[in-house]
Amino acid sequence: MSALEPTEPAVNRLTQRFSDLKAAGRTALIPYLTAGDPQPAATVGFMHALVQAGADVIELGVPFTDPMADGPVIQAACERALAHNTSLRDVLSMVARFREDDTDTPVVLMGYYNPIDRLGLDDFAARAAESGVDGVLIVDLTAEEAPDVVPSLTAANLSPVCLIAPTTGEARIKMICENAGGYIYYVSFKGVTGSASLDTDALAGQIAPIRRATQLPIGVGFGVRTPANAADVSDVADGVVVGSVLVGQIADHLDDEAGARDALSRTLGDMRAAIDARDDKRKVKQTEEGEHA
Amino acid sequence: MSTTQNTNPSVTGPASANTQAWQGTPDMRGHFGPYGGRFVAETLMAPLDELAEAYAHAQQDAAFKAKLDADMADFVGRPTPIYHAERLSEKAGGAQIWFKREDLNHTGAHKINNCIGQAMLAVRMGKTRIIAETGAGQHGVATATVAARLGLSCVVFMGSEDMRRQATNVYRMRLLGAEVRPVESGSKTLKDAMNEALRDWVANVDDTFYIIGTVAGPAPYPAMVRDFQAVIGRESRRQMLERAGRLPDALVACVGGGSNAIGMFYPFLDDDSVKIYGVEAGGDGIESGRHAAPLSAGRSGVLHGNRTYLMQDDNGQIMGTHSVSAGLDYPGVGPEHSWLKDIGRANYVSVTDTEALAAFHECTRIEGVMPALETAHAIAYAQRLAATMSPEQSILVNLSGRGDKDMASVAEAAGETL
Repeated sequence: MSALEPTEPAVNRLTQRFSDLKAAGRTALIPYLTAGDPQPAATVGFMHALVQAGADVIELGVPFTDPMADGPVIQAACERALAHNTSLRDVLSMVARFREDDTDTPVVLMGYYNPIDRLGLDDFAARAAESGVDGVLIVDLTAEEAPDVVPSLTAANLSPVCLIAPTTGEARIKMICENAGGYIYYVSFKGVTGSASLDTDALAGQIAPIRRATQLPIGVGFGVRTPANAADVSDVADGVVVGSVLVGQIADHLDDEAGARDALSRTLGDMRAAIDARDDKRKVKQTEEGEHA
Repeated sequence: MSTTQNTNPSVTGPASANTQAWQGTPDMRGHFGPYGGRFVAETLMAPLDELAEAYAHAQQDAAFKAKLDADMADFVGRPTPIYHAERLSEKAGGAQIWFKREDLNHTGAHKINNCIGQAMLAVRMGKTRIIAETGAGQHGVATATVAARLGLSCVVFMGSEDMRRQATNVYRMRLLGAEVRPVESGSKTLKDAMNEALRDWVANVDDTFYIIGTVAGPAPYPAMVRDFQAVIGRESRRQMLERAGRLPDALVACVGGGSNAIGMFYPFLDDDSVKIYGVEAGGDGIESGRHAAPLSAGRSGVLHGNRTYLMQDDNGQIMGTHSVSAGLDYPGVGPEHSWLKDIGRANYVSVTDTEALAAFHECTRIEGVMPALETAHAIAYAQRLAATMSPEQSILVNLSGRGDKDMASVAEAAGETL
């Protein structure tokens, strides 16, 4: 398969979910968790709790010893998961167990390339698809290296979710979008995960060139901390990614799994409510504008 | 995609069969065979492109080269001499051992060759803030030194474990006006310092220049650092012809990330008669698993922006490393070394902590040259190699740094306190 051919796979849970949400005028809420944090047995329960609290897509982090694009919160989560030797194989079996009770919610694996490389790219893709994974976001895979990797993912009907940053110029945006699938993850500021807050006013302008380059939905992550942040992002993006705030809840309840689950549900539920309220308001406004027209 | 891109990494063979393989590397995407490239978060791609472009322009600029040469002469003290270690040669009982005296550079090691080049590039690019990672502290000291010289603000990331081992260098950096930021994550050593520096760079790309201290990292770093260090091999080649009347039969250099080694090796790659040996840190011995020798016992993988040989477990997690020398305590290696190993142009071997310490003491006592513990690994292997060669033959060792910084480690290993 050439890298220049359209890489979007046939329909999978991820593409289906985004097209359903678009038809309903809804913004996707995309929570992130590091698999195996604080211990492997907790992860599947956390995933179900997130779905009940309103998650549309789950990003599941694959722990890595050297998460160089992540801040201290997710780095600490990786260290907790690795203290229990959580491997990529373990993460795939967590997804398979999640799928026993949830066949609808798309799951995107997010992590660094080396664990995938060690397992073997094609072997990984086959196992991931079989486990019920729908998309893969490899943080340190650049558009330059992507043509060696993406065909194996798309051949297994896995969407290659890609990052775009504020420093990405228009030519690179086009190049990245050519290899991307599922959705575009727009990194809302220069920095590592969890390190600053969001400038929602600037977002619309930053997203515009991505809209020109692709039909793919755009999720915005890095810096979404509060329900108000989430609602503001929903005004300009198709999806809202929430990571460090949730992982921070786990860190606050290390010896209390039920407490952690409740905190995750509450935090995400509040964001869901804020996004839904904003989505509804937007729809009413659009309807009114339609009537006046 | 270049034709070398998919070359089977298992290709091995005599150097003579592959004399052209390194030419034209890296390719446009920064690949040395299957190694190198760019594996970083998207936020770093724009600054890497900016750096690659600025470096390409600087290479074409005679004024930049003249300024660099002037600082190399007046500030660093180049050219460094080569020195015939006669008593060490006699003791080894075989080939003549020569030292390329990089320990005589300002700040005491080869590291400054690269720091001056990159810092001058930073000024040219309008960057006002320098960051660096350091293991033994030599690169940190060299960076702090050139930052002081050029009036740039400087932050050095250093693992807290390394700060303990290299307290004097920490103090030197602070005296030079640098902020030394302790890194508490992971194994608290060089690799974690590099993670932290990359994180800082992502957050401060507008005003910050990241001076990577070795020939690893995303393109263009491996080739750029090699080019700045290649002055070592260029001088050596000329000096050996002048002094010994012929090229050395073998080159020996220690390899952590591999910058002093590639700087020595690169100008000799086309000289078929010159055998090349890179010496990795064998720690407690390769079989013990406690070492820092990815080329001897690791596997290909992706870390810190490039594909290269890595110390990793079956799940692709990066393993802890061990070496008596902080500067070799790194789980990866420059991608060009991985390529030179695969094509058989260079040989990579290892030397244990014990052997390195013995070589440190011997060189100090009988030559009056106190090498860095990193460098002692190269000397230990050169002694072993010399014994298998004849007195008419010669070995050139890159004496990459001086040992003053290692007093505490040497004393500790000898069961003494300072």
